[in-house]
Amino acid sequence: MKLLKLVPDDTNIKFLKLRVPFYIVSVLLIIASWALVFTQGLNYGVDFAGGLEVRATFEQTQEAPIPDVRNKVGALGYGDATVQRFGEDNQVSIRVRLPEEAADNKETAQAIANEIVGTLKADYPDFRLDGNDNVSGKVSGEFREDAVLALVAAMLAVALYIWIRFEWQFGVGALFALFHDVSLTLGMFALFQLEFSLQIIAAILAIIGYSLNDTIVVYDRIRENLKKFRKMPLPELLDLSVNETLARTVMTSLTLLVALVPLLAFGPESLFGLVAAITLGIFVGTYSSVYMAAPLLIWLGVDSNSFVPKETEADKQEAAARKLTEG
Amino acid sequence: MLEFPTWKKIWLWGLTLLLAACALPSLMSMTSANWPSALPEPTVNLGLDLAGGSHILLEAERSEVAAQRLENIEDSVRTIMRSAEPRIRIGDISTQGGNLSFMVERAADVDRARELLLPIINGQGLTREWNLTVRDETRFVLTPTPEGTDNAVTQAMDSATEVVRKRIDELGTREPTIIRQGDTRIVVQVPGLQDPEQLKELLGQTAKLEFKLVDQTALPSDVQQGIAPPGSQIFPYSDDSDFAGSSIAVRRLGGIQGDSLVNATQGFDPDTNEAVVNIQFDQQGATKFSRLTTQNVGKPFAIILDGAVLSAPNINEPIRGGGAQISGSFSVESAAALAISLRSGALPVDLAIIEERTVGPDLGERSIRQGLLAMMIGSVAVVVLMIATYGRFGVYATAALVLNVLMLLGIMAVLNTTLTLPGIAGFVLTIGAAVDANVLINERIREERKRGRRVIAAVENGYKEATRAIYDANITNFIAGVLLFLFGSGPIRGFAVVLVIGLFTSVFTAVVLTRLWVSGWLRKTRPADIAI
Repeated sequence: MKLLKLVPDDTNIKFLKLRVPFYIVSVLLIIASWALVFTQGLNYGVDFAGGLEVRATFEQTQEAPIPDVRNKVGALGYGDATVQRFGEDNQVSIRVRLPEEAADNKETAQAIANEIVGTLKADYPDFRLDGNDNVSGKVSGEFREDAVLALVAAMLAVALYIWIRFEWQFGVGALFALFHDVSLTLGMFALFQLEFSLQIIAAILAIIGYSLNDTIVVYDRIRENLKKFRKMPLPELLDLSVNETLARTVMTSLTLLVALVPLLAFGPESLFGLVAAITLGIFVGTYSSVYMAAPLLIWLGVDSNSFVPKETEADKQEAAARKLTEG
Repeated sequence: MLEFPTWKKIWLWGLTLLLAACALPSLMSMTSANWPSALPEPTVNLGLDLAGGSHILLEAERSEVAAQRLENIEDSVRTIMRSAEPRIRIGDISTQGGNLSFMVERAADVDRARELLLPIINGQGLTREWNLTVRDETRFVLTPTPEGTDNAVTQAMDSATEVVRKRIDELGTREPTIIRQGDTRIVVQVPGLQDPEQLKELLGQTAKLEFKLVDQTALPSDVQQGIAPPGSQIFPYSDDSDFAGSSIAVRRLGGIQGDSLVNATQGFDPDTNEAVVNIQFDQQGATKFSRLTTQNVGKPFAIILDGAVLSAPNINEPIRGGGAQISGSFSVESAAALAISLRSGALPVDLAIIEERTVGPDLGERSIRQGLLAMMIGSVAVVVLMIATYGRFGVYATAALVLNVLMLLGIMAVLNTTLTLPGIAGFVLTIGAAVDANVLINERIREERKRGRRVIAAVENGYKEATRAIYDANITNFIAGVLLFLFGSGPIRGFAVVLVIGLFTSVFTAVVLTRLWVSGWLRKTRPADIAI
């Protein structure tokens, strides 16, 4: 049987030749992402913004009467309601920000939810309530803090481990690659105003995990080659390492994509945001391992001696010890 | 490479199959509805976001517990001083600024009063409950200590959790989860609950019931301005009562608390046919209630629930036997809910619902069906791709992947963890890690063959070289997972748990198991060349 080879043997793409332009583009993208996050803001779901979300299905209709629902809910006087398609064409999510004093008042939030459901049920007999979320401002604030704290703590700890296992330059490189991935994902969410919820945090975590995997595989090969080819110039060595792991990179990404695409196409709507973010993350994560994590090593001054001093020191001591016992 | 002693083989296979078998009950219960749900085997719990149900987060205010505590100590101080022999007269009692202060009328009583207060300010435990200072010779000031307040909060939350549990049990829902969270929160999760309204109504009610005599000497104009005669308090009428919006003055002392209740049931008033709640006092309460009603025939008494007056009927005749009827414009539902709340006891502190999530049961079930279908399609695609690329080694990788999923589910079932939507992201990442490990190994073997190594040496080296990167990647992700668990909240933790367990199973299946199979095959056939 002839086996499939996605990457031909002896592939030698000069990835690093374009490192400066790619770096400029990436840094610009990172800046643009943060600018978007700060100017446009993220479209926080009720998890992070607090408020009330009602999800419902119009069972007898093909398409939910979104503009009408928006008007009706808006007319109740709780500010502009965010009414979006949610899942099928006949499913909607209705989000209302709670008035200040309602945030900590259990009855008010409930009364508003009941009022919305009641109003819509009266006008649309086929209105079916699928669920509702109701998060007070206090809890949503804690969710935000928790999520940021958890992300930052995890990223720093990971960088520290890589520093210890490899060299400090590798730790910095990995941290930067992760920062790149997180920034671009956030930028994407700000640009398209996709709902940003706790589930998306889980997706970002998965992206970080995947990107990290990628970065470490490449770094591991770089470390190996640094020991093997002591005289090779670093850009060339990085290219070699990336090319050597290219077959693996392509194969792994492809495998994950073929698993994820059906989930995007046929999976439950509730998973869509999550899966879309992870799919996007596979591209971003792969790119960052090759174009962010690796070239940074050049500028941070990794060279063939990076992994040597410790070993020669140990060797020396061992040799000295051997001499002593022999002598 | 080829050496796998028999004991090791048995051990590896045994562990794999044992854990994989643990996943079967979960798989069965997830895919088919008619699998008996009362299985003795452990299953993975599906989170409410997948299975449908209600999640409610309740919170108590620390300041409210502190205020309550201050009120209680005020009562204690009054009682102690009154029952002292001879009685110690006190005055100018005030609870402003979070402290209790009062004056002892005769300076000669100061030392005796201090003596009497010692047991309550020192508390029963090892912590001091209150700090006592005496100012200007006769003014006592009791300041709560932080430890004392902590104790009070813990106690209040412990008993609040119990009360919540009792109330939910009354609803007869299946397998509710009720957990204390942090200092002042309680998480309530009820899977498959159809109507969370009833639940919320139950939990939102403190159910502190009091019977107090109406102060008929109070001037109506004063009462409406909120001015109470000495020894009385003003209470508003409940929003549901006929006098909503107005207030009434009641005697501070001499009433009865609802905590001496033994039973409460919903019933109907025989005369008006209105929904009412029938209550039954215990022995002590019955005696008190009988005395109160005997001494005050013809006078009104107020029925106060959670600080609002439900009704203030006249006492027509002494009520003996410890039974009484609470009326107050109830619907049948609200009377039933109040009966449950009264039966389960009053909450020691008011609980506010600060987060509520409900997922309809249909939605959850459909999500799972669609998710499983999509996963099956995805899995087939992965299998085809792996086998087309790595041939026999792809078959091994696929088998390892299947066992990985089963083992992960099995461990989650044994540990009784909950699979949530974010947990599925963790699942995806785990599968990715397992695929990647095999890809890394197989690509390495390819490389080694290309360099001209012989089959066994190539396989051996492939595993050795790839394993380093695999371990590094997995340990890094493990560290990230642990930190996410430590610092994250609910959903992030759900992700982290699956990730951490998954890292172990994916390394085990992708590295150890495939190696066992590959070595077995190599030893048996000793091929001169391999297709990879």
